[in-house]
Amino acid sequence: MSVAATQKRGFGSVLWDYVTTVDHKKIAHLYLFGGGLFFLIGGIEAMLIRIQLAKPDNDFLSAGLYNEMITMHGTTMIFLAAMPLIFALMNAVLPLQIGARDVAFPYLNSLGFWLFMFGGILLNCSWFLGGAPDAGWTAYAPLSTTSPGHGVDFYVMGLQIAGAGTLIGGINFLVTVVNMRAPGMTYMRMPLFTWASFIASILILFAFPALTVGLFLLMFDRMFGTAFFDVSLGGNTIIWEHIFWIFGHPEVYILILPLFGVFSDVFSTFAKKRLFGYTAMVFATMLIAFLGFMVWAHHMFTVGLGPVANSIFSIATMAIAVPTGIKIFNWLATLWGGNITINSAMLWSLAFIPTFTIGGMTGVMVATVAADYQYHDTYFVIAHFHYVIVGGTIFGIFAALHYWWPKIFGRVLREGLGKLTFWTFFIGFHLTFFIQHFLGLMGMPRRYWVFHSGDGLDLGNLISTIGAFFMAFGVIVFIINVILTARDEKAPADPWDGRTLEWATASPPAHYNFKQTPLVRGLDPLWIEKSEGKGKMTPAEPLGEIHMPNNSFLPFLFSLGLFVAGFGFIYQTDNKAWLAVLIGGMAFSLGTMVVRSMKDDLGYHISKEELEREAD
Amino acid sequence: MSHDHSLNPETMPHEPEKATLEGKNKFIGFWFFLGGETVLFASLFGTYLALHNSTAGGPAGNELFGLELVFVMTILLLTSSLTSVYAIYHMKNNDFGKMTLWFIITIILGFGFVGCELYEFHHYITEYGFTFRSSAFGSAFYALLGFHGGHVTFGLFWMITLLIRNARRGLNLYNAPKFYIWSLYWHFIDVVWVFIFTVVYLMGKVG
Repeated sequence: MSVAATQKRGFGSVLWDYVTTVDHKKIAHLYLFGGGLFFLIGGIEAMLIRIQLAKPDNDFLSAGLYNEMITMHGTTMIFLAAMPLIFALMNAVLPLQIGARDVAFPYLNSLGFWLFMFGGILLNCSWFLGGAPDAGWTAYAPLSTTSPGHGVDFYVMGLQIAGAGTLIGGINFLVTVVNMRAPGMTYMRMPLFTWASFIASILILFAFPALTVGLFLLMFDRMFGTAFFDVSLGGNTIIWEHIFWIFGHPEVYILILPLFGVFSDVFSTFAKKRLFGYTAMVFATMLIAFLGFMVWAHHMFTVGLGPVANSIFSIATMAIAVPTGIKIFNWLATLWGGNITINSAMLWSLAFIPTFTIGGMTGVMVATVAADYQYHDTYFVIAHFHYVIVGGTIFGIFAALHYWWPKIFGRVLREGLGKLTFWTFFIGFHLTFFIQHFLGLMGMPRRYWVFHSGDGLDLGNLISTIGAFFMAFGVIVFIINVILTARDEKAPADPWDGRTLEWATASPPAHYNFKQTPLVRGLDPLWIEKSEGKGKMTPAEPLGEIHMPNNSFLPFLFSLGLFVAGFGFIYQTDNKAWLAVLIGGMAFSLGTMVVRSMKDDLGYHISKEELEREAD
Repeated sequence: MSHDHSLNPETMPHEPEKATLEGKNKFIGFWFFLGGETVLFASLFGTYLALHNSTAGGPAGNELFGLELVFVMTILLLTSSLTSVYAIYHMKNNDFGKMTLWFIITIILGFGFVGCELYEFHHYITEYGFTFRSSAFGSAFYALLGFHGGHVTFGLFWMITLLIRNARRGLNLYNAPKFYIWSLYWHFIDVVWVFIFTVVYLMGKVG
């Protein structure tokens, strides 16, 4: 961690600080580190997939290992890379944007992180313990219930633990936005990133419990001999598909909405204009979230639900293009006539618009039921969802990291390297995935470990693989940028001439965020003060004591208990002696809950004198 | 504002559970959590409805269920919800003793419910060979009822922990939200039971 404040201390003390921290800004660092690590692992898996598909009839990966690779690439990127990176951004910025000193539940915030981290580690332990899950990231039954070995068991337990952490994180942000806004920060004055994160948290709240149930059913079937998906005992495998997609479709909006917020903030900052159609943007986001729950069966058009169900879900899906279109036009209108600065953050945001629009248009194509029978399970679908997830989520995360890096770490990322990252990744991305639309239309099915030389797919796949190397190069340049920047001089509080509250405090902010809670007088509060010649926020309160939460080691221990219990669940099918590990782990976790309940945690106060001593 | 003050209030505010920011956070956060729990149980109900006829040759609902026992369980749980309301009433009047008494009555009723449920499961398993593994119906039945019963059991131990922890120090603004959100949880479990009673037992018997 390249933080100025921690440079003078020993490694052990810094580590202990991070393991026990309840400070949302440090938890953001942890999420960034954890999500970044899994992003690299998922990226390596992607590279291995592309190397295998570089030429026809390749034997670089065996068929079984290829199945593990595609499963882990998808699972890792969605649950262990994109989600935590989004949580990193929310933790780093959301409380600052609403003028809060802290999140609503700092302890739960830490618990959410450690559950995610231990869940991710548990899932990845499978590589070393007899093989990773190999039933695809969607884990359709009966493939997943009959997959031999323990791979899918690791999928079930790892995602169950990580998912609990995500749910906790979502509730924390919901309450933070409802209860912790600074005086004057009404809902309709919140920056779009805060709005979008708030709505994404609602999606998390209502989507993740469905996954929890789905994973429990799969766990019961695999580990305890139940018959939910066992057709011979009356089970029904379609239930899994429904439950998975009732979670899974809102999940893709959880992945994209916060980044829509990022783009809105970046565009208005670097176009030096108030966001065009703010109200329409807020309601479009809500509408997307609402419709996001109504469309899950469009993943199941070929299951045979019948023409009526398929038609309803098809129309609902196409309807999402309307609010999304509203957003695209509002971004363009924000840029129109603006005093535009083009830098790395802005490049990622500008590139997002056409890229995501292509992904959205192919989305309408696959939403057309009759045509979907042709697209289903081909590389056309692969191309579609990489255009929206990489072109939306990953471009957005890069934009956000370049934009907020000064606020998160107190350093400005270097522009030259930032632009190099952008151009190589952007060109590489389109090289990799544009051609896949055509590979899909030519009939190349997804999840096959080889294609044959006579199929006419050689050149397209080779181009795709070359593109993947460009993307990998871009990511490496970004890491070099991060390392080099760590030694640069400290960033100013407001390097971009920003509009929102996070730029009204130091980079990085003190652990209490704002010495005095700011008074918000409108949308883009800092910009209002700047345009009236004041340049800084008016305090809403006199300087006084600040109440802060205590650090705690319990979230780490609680998650560790579940991690250990996870192994017990997985291996008790081989040997009942593992039940002792299961019970021991669960008891340990429950014990930490009892300790938490029994011991009052009242926090501490920073005195007024202490605050006066610290410089602004 | 000093934290000592909030721990030893001379007089109780009108809504002690929401008098502090922490209390307000817990209150609204727990309501959100119950929203998530609703989806959890909805998914289990959906699974049950899809599988409740998949008996695979084993016993079906109308052969198994006895409405007499279910009636007793319903009375026990619904009454426990009422007694928890009394407890919260006394909490708002800052009468710690009566609050504790009504919470103890609540958890006794709750244990009565869990006891009946365990007897019911035992009966099905030993008399009918109807288990978690015997059919998809069995899996769905025990999953739904088990999640509910697990919630009840967790709630009982949660309240016991709260009562033990606070037995000697009485009510204050730090623990009032804890008691209050427990009562929210308890009502939620009760509502889920009303749906189980209707969807599983009544529809299983007559539907």
